[in-house]
Amino acid sequence: MSHFLEIPSRAAQPVAADELTSAQTGILDAILTEHRKLAGALMPVLHAIQKALGYVPPAAVPRIAHELNLSRAEVHGVISFYHYFRQQPAGRHTIYMCRAEACQAMGARALEAYAKKKLGVEFHETTPDGAFTLEPVYCLGNCACSPSVLIDGELHGRVSAQRFDELLEEST
Amino acid sequence: MSATLYIPRDASALAMGAERVLQAVTTEASRAGAEIRIVRNGSRGMLWLEPLVEVATPAGRIAYGPVQPRDVAGLFAAGFLRGAAHPLRLGKVEDMPYFARQDRLTFARVGEIDPLSLDDYRTHGGLRGLTRALEMSAVEIVRTVTDSGLRGRGGAAFPAGIKWKTALDAQSTQKYIVCNADEGDSGTFSDRMLMEGDPFVLIEGMLIAALAVGATQGFIYLRCEYPHAQSVLESALALAYANHLLGADVLGSGKRFDVQLRIGAGAYICGEETSLLDSLEGKRGQVRVKPPLPAIKGLFGKPTIINNVITLATVPLILERGADFYRDYGMGRSRGTLPLQLAGNIKHGGLVEKAFGLTLRELLHDYGGGSASGRPIRAVQVGGPLGAYLPEAQFDTPIDYESFAGIKAMLGHGGIVAFDDTVDMAQQARFAMEFCAIESCGKCTPCRIGSTRGVEVIDRIIANQARSKNEILLRDLCETMRHGSLCAMGGLTPDPVLSALEHFPEDFRRQTTAVS
Repeated sequence: MSHFLEIPSRAAQPVAADELTSAQTGILDAILTEHRKLAGALMPVLHAIQKALGYVPPAAVPRIAHELNLSRAEVHGVISFYHYFRQQPAGRHTIYMCRAEACQAMGARALEAYAKKKLGVEFHETTPDGAFTLEPVYCLGNCACSPSVLIDGELHGRVSAQRFDELLEEST
Repeated sequence: MSATLYIPRDASALAMGAERVLQAVTTEASRAGAEIRIVRNGSRGMLWLEPLVEVATPAGRIAYGPVQPRDVAGLFAAGFLRGAAHPLRLGKVEDMPYFARQDRLTFARVGEIDPLSLDDYRTHGGLRGLTRALEMSAVEIVRTVTDSGLRGRGGAAFPAGIKWKTALDAQSTQKYIVCNADEGDSGTFSDRMLMEGDPFVLIEGMLIAALAVGATQGFIYLRCEYPHAQSVLESALALAYANHLLGADVLGSGKRFDVQLRIGAGAYICGEETSLLDSLEGKRGQVRVKPPLPAIKGLFGKPTIINNVITLATVPLILERGADFYRDYGMGRSRGTLPLQLAGNIKHGGLVEKAFGLTLRELLHDYGGGSASGRPIRAVQVGGPLGAYLPEAQFDTPIDYESFAGIKAMLGHGGIVAFDDTVDMAQQARFAMEFCAIESCGKCTPCRIGSTRGVEVIDRIIANQARSKNEILLRDLCETMRHGSLCAMGGLTPDPVLSALEHFPEDFRRQTTAVS
C-alpha cells in the first residue's frame, strides 16, 4: 500500500468520465486563442465555452488555467462562484424562473410550486427525458409584467399556470 | 405613401407578445396591399399597455394598445394606419396623463426614436453634450457635473462630480470608465429600458466621462439576464465604431476611446462596484475593502470611474443644457430627476421619470392606479431586495434620498414593488435573509453566516418556538450584520427584515400554538 502522501502517477489515475472529445478540444482551443489577449479574459472565455458547448466541462479547467496563466483552483473558483456557469449539460430547454420580490407580489411562489410539480424536478434539475432544466433567477427586469419566465432566451410576462403549460407545449 | 409603424423591441414589450404582433402586422399589411415601414423602438414605459403600437399620422403618432395578434385584422379594417378610431386607440402618447405629467430628461428619447439609428439620435439632440464637452477642459466638465448635483443613480447616491474629481486628480498613465449595468434589484428595469431604447446616450455619457478624467478605455458590465439589452448594445457599439464615435479618433478630435461589453454571470453581488471590478478582472466577484477608492485604485489597480447606466446617461443632457438646468429640478439635496419603476402588484406598472419631491402615494395611486389585484396595497418595498418594506402610514414620504433615510429606508435605484394585503410579511423577511445567503460573496462573516442563521431564527419565530427570545436574537443578529458587514449586501439585508418586523408584527405571530 502506498503512502497516503504519495502522488499517484498520471497513468494510475482513473480516466475522468468527462474527458473532452476532440471536437470539444478544438472548440476550446479556438476560444482560448481568440480571447487570450483580453484583459481579464476568464469571464469572456467561460461565456464563450458555455455558449459553444452548453456547459463548462470540468475537464476543460486545466487547459483554461494553463492558457490564461491561472491556477486550476482559480478557474474552478470562478466557475463555481457564478450561478450562470454550468458544470454539466442542461436539458434541451432551460427555464429560468424569476424568484424575486416583484414576481412574488404577483404569485411567483405559487407558479414555482406548480412548475416543480408539473416537471417533477427541483431547481437546478433536469427532467428525466432531458427536455427541461429548471433554474431560479433573481430578476429578469420585467417587473411591471410579472411573474416572468425566460425560456431559451425568450422572455415571457404575466405567466399563469395555464400560460406556463402553453409555453412548455410551444417549446417541444 | 407608406405608413410608418412603431412596434417596440423592448424586452417587456417582447414578453407581452410584440414579436407575434409584428408578424401579424406584416402578414395583414401584405394581405391588404398596404405599404408599411416598421421601426423597432424602445418602450414608452407604460408597460401595462404593451405591446403598444404607434402609427405616424399628420396629426402625430397615434398609439394603440395593448395589441394582441388577434386584434391586428380589426385594426387594419378600422383604418388604424390613418390613426382611425378603435377600442384600443389611446391617442397621442404625449397627451396621456401618465406620460404628460412626467419630467422626461434622461428618458427623453426612449420609445421615441429608433435605438439603432445614429441619425435619429442626432436629430433628437444626441451628441450635443459630447460636442460641448470636446470644447471644454477636463476641469470644466467635472465642475459642470458637480454643479448639477447629479448623484449616483445605482443606489448609493454618491455625488458623481466628486467621484470624477477624485479620478481626475489621480495620476496615472491609464484610467478606466466602467459602466455598471448589473441591474439586479428586483423591481428595477430603468437601465434595461434605457440600454434597449437609447443606447447611444450611454456611450455618449461614457465618452464625456473619459474626456473628464483622461481615460482611453471603457467597459460596460452587463448582467447576463438581459439578453435583449446585450444584442442592442452589441449593435450600438459596432455602429459607434463604424461612425467614428468610438475608436482612435472620436468625432475627429484626435482623442481615443474604446468600449468593451462584458457580461456578468448571475451574481447579484456584482452590482456592488468593487465586486464588479473583481469580476471584470476575471475573478470571483468578491467585495474589496475600501479604501482605496476605485477612483484612485480601481480596475486593474488604476483610477476608475464606475457609475451606473442612468448616471452616465444623464451626463450628456447636463453638458448640453448646463448644470443649472438639471439642478433646477428636484428638492433638498436630491437634484434633477429619478426614473422610478412601478412594479409588482400594481395596475399601471412602468417607468415614471419625475423630479424628486413627489410622494410615494402619488406614485402608487396617481400613476400606478392602485394594485393590479384590486385589493388594498399593504406594503411596498423600495430600493430592491435590500430596501425596507413600507406600510401605508409611510406612503406620504417624498421621493428624496434624505427623506427616505429619515424613515430608515432608501430609494436605491428607484424600484418600487407593491404588494397587496395577501402578502405574508414574515415570509418576505425570511426571503430577504435567504436571498442574502444565496447571493453573499462570502468574504465577510456577518453576511455569509449571519444570513443563514437569520433564516433559521425567522423560521423559529414563525413556528412560535421561544418567540420572544428569538426575536431578540434576530434584532441582535441584524445589528451585527448592519455594522459588521463589508458592503451593503450584509449591511442592508436587516432593513427589509426589521421593517417587516416593525410594521407588520402580526404576520410573525400567525402560529399561535406554542411549539417547544
